[in-house]
Amino acid sequence: MKFGIVTFPGSNCDYDAFQAVTDILGEEATYLWHKDHDLQGSEVIILPGGFSYGDYLRAGAIARFSPIMQEVAAHAKAGGPVLGICNGFQIACEAGLLPGALMRNLHLQFVSAEVRIRVENSDTMFTNLYDRGEILRMPVAHGDGRYVAPAGVLEELEAEGRIVFRYADANGSISADANPNGSERNIAGIISEGGNVLGMMPHPERACSALLGSSDGVRLLESILARVAA
Amino acid sequence: MAKFRIAVHITPRKGLLDPQGNAVRDALHTLGFKAVRDVHVGRYIIVETDAYDALTAEDTVADMCAKLLANPVTEDFEIESAVPA
Repeated sequence: MKFGIVTFPGSNCDYDAFQAVTDILGEEATYLWHKDHDLQGSEVIILPGGFSYGDYLRAGAIARFSPIMQEVAAHAKAGGPVLGICNGFQIACEAGLLPGALMRNLHLQFVSAEVRIRVENSDTMFTNLYDRGEILRMPVAHGDGRYVAPAGVLEELEAEGRIVFRYADANGSISADANPNGSERNIAGIISEGGNVLGMMPHPERACSALLGSSDGVRLLESILARVAA
Repeated sequence: MAKFRIAVHITPRKGLLDPQGNAVRDALHTLGFKAVRDVHVGRYIIVETDAYDALTAEDTVADMCAKLLANPVTEDFEIESAVPA
């Protein structure tokens, strides 16, 4: 299966994503330059972390208008899998692929830390190899990660099981202490209405080796493989 | 066509938590400005554009705000009257 990893000016997790897909997953990956107009046959698109366009105006606001994003939006609309990680989540929200927005962290500080997230829905193409309620460890590194959305949208996300990950403590409790950025309802990741676009602030691609602290991210990539191949 | 200058104020949506504004308010309190009730930090954008008239220029900038300059989920915007540039 071919993964397309979009590189914007300022992306900095594209290499991590590439390495996770090729070395850990053993699948094919290609970089897609932001000025490209075609996905080169990629079946899964990853919008990686970083600071596309220097976060000018708002994180993700400019990247959304890159030529490649028109193709990514069409791919998403056709039901193709899109995984937006960190800055990729911000871009997906700005592009309207996901509802809501990511605002400045509540404490106004950049947070670079390992966090725990609880799997809220294991019946998605990104999480089918996890158990519901399972606690995963992954790093976060962001200044604008506080998820917000209008109350009606939050209710809709809850009702439809579209909140996929929430920040949790070691016991699996969804507490304010476990929330690294002040996200509403401890939201760490959500999926689109069609279930094919996942946006998340934690970095699964940087949690793919026990040597580096956690390999909990591997099954997320394997889940996509299992579902898309099926 | 004439050249116009339009200023736009973009502020955090009213009612949304504004940690940056709160931090500045608290700092002002610390400095002794105890009467300060609230502070909001936003952006001030100046657009210079060609347009047939001022109204057209303002409408175009409103469109820009909706599409790019402001985030419809989290921000409000206010457009000043266009002035000849």
